[in-house]
Amino acid sequence: MKVLVPVKRVIDYNVKPRVKMDGTGVDLANVKMSMNPFDEIAVEEAIRLKEKGIATEIVAVSIGEAKAQETLRTALAMGADRAILVTAEGDVEPLAVAKILKAIVDEEQPGLVILGKQAIDDDSNQTGQMLAALTGRPQGTFASKVEIEGDTVKVTREVDGGLETVSLKTPAIVTTDLRLNEPRYASLPNIMKAKSKPLAQKTPGDYGVDVTPRLATLNVSEPPKRVAGVKVADVDELVAKLKALGVAA
Amino acid sequence: MTVLVLVEHDNASVKDATLAAVTAAGKLGEVHALVAGQGAQAAADAAAKIAGVAKVLLADDAAYGHALAENVAPLIVDLMANYDAFVAPATSNGKNIAPRVAALLDVMQISEILSVESADTFTRPIYAGNAIAKVQSSDAKKVITVRGTAFEKAAKDGGSASVEAISGKGDAGLSSFVGAEISKSERPELTSAKIIVSGGRALQNSENFHTIIEPLADKLGAGVGASRAAVDAGYVPNDYQVGQTGKIVAPEVYIAVGISGAIQHLAGMKDSKTIIAINKDEDAPIFQVADIGLVGDLFKVVPELTSKL
Repeated sequence: MKVLVPVKRVIDYNVKPRVKMDGTGVDLANVKMSMNPFDEIAVEEAIRLKEKGIATEIVAVSIGEAKAQETLRTALAMGADRAILVTAEGDVEPLAVAKILKAIVDEEQPGLVILGKQAIDDDSNQTGQMLAALTGRPQGTFASKVEIEGDTVKVTREVDGGLETVSLKTPAIVTTDLRLNEPRYASLPNIMKAKSKPLAQKTPGDYGVDVTPRLATLNVSEPPKRVAGVKVADVDELVAKLKALGVAA
Repeated sequence: MTVLVLVEHDNASVKDATLAAVTAAGKLGEVHALVAGQGAQAAADAAAKIAGVAKVLLADDAAYGHALAENVAPLIVDLMANYDAFVAPATSNGKNIAPRVAALLDVMQISEILSVESADTFTRPIYAGNAIAKVQSSDAKKVITVRGTAFEKAAKDGGSASVEAISGKGDAGLSSFVGAEISKSERPELTSAKIIVSGGRALQNSENFHTIIEPLADKLGAGVGASRAAVDAGYVPNDYQVGQTGKIVAPEVYIAVGISGAIQHLAGMKDSKTIIAINKDEDAPIFQVADIGLVGDLFKVVPELTSKL
């Protein structure tokens, strides 16, 4: 089966984001950008399915500014076969991303779409579920294990109280949780090879999707700062503090 | 405005996350609660007692027994003809179902709101809680998930709503429930615990977690949490994880033991009222947010603390 893997270019997860003084957003100028960590896990899972002989072709897709091409090259270097870049300026909301992905799903007919469970910039956790809704396909969200059995996929999901397993009819949509796998690093020869793999350039208009945001961001601010605390010298002092807080008798 | 709230339940009782969602929904208008499940009459009766709930809709059907999004979302979408907003708690269930509802209604979901500024304006955290965005929705109907720690919990008693049985399309035939492994714990549930003791990678192994963290938690009647490092290393199951990708908690007191304080962990606990850090590295970032810090070896300090309490 063909596997489609949407990937997003986001601020590197180790960078502490800085809110712009004018309250219009987070300052992304000259900040290190990387592939969203959950998407790396999605790419890795697709490659493992190919290595098991289940996936026949892996198509990576990214939607965003032209620089998202770098993110796609990373996916290609990890092992994806070809890529589609849908160029759009500004933030594209999950609903619009899901609509573009639906059009690509209609065109490519993948047996499985694997997405990250959330992007670490907008923290929405919506796109996979929305894509499943728009395509009328079942969804296996927050997956920590994915097993293909004939025309069904068994997905173990991380839920609040523990784990839950569901069986989905393929074609299906899966979103990855952290513990699904450990993504591989792209080797230098593979990075070189990735440069010659096919990368198609598209626009939202090609798919007839309007990317006008439904949510207007009125203001972005710093969260309230915590006041600096005190250090205690020993356990006795800590016990006294706990007693003062009323949590210890 | 009338608002439909998705009730998080275990068929017998209503989970605390719902109570915060009811409070948030109450700021928008009249609150109706949807209990979808199999054999969920008791949960519907409990939902009817929540202060602020005007009506309870009970959809009792085998298809809704395990909250499969493929079956529950169409039920909600059909009901939304009569509602202006759909509100779900930002639990794993709510996060699974609500975006499916939003896309079917062709609206953008507003995830994990922290406050209701007006009928169409909300605040929500972005970038792992390092920034707060105020967003205004232009959609006719709102689909919202609510961060449970950001709103007061509605009282479990005091309401006297009627329970109305409804039915939906039932099984969509796309998915089925296979099984679950739910961690058993006698300790308070993390997201509603007043005190949490959390351990990190410095615990070194699972045994130390049991012999050092858990006795302190039990002494304090606290819930037990963990950093991602401790979960990945296999010291505790992953539903213990506190952070951007785990649970978001805001207890009265959060005690971080052997946790350095990476931004992804802070995203899950920095709204705690009092943060106490025990770490041998005095430069650990956790001390920048801790109200009370103790620099010391957890293997000496924590047992001493437990014995002195």
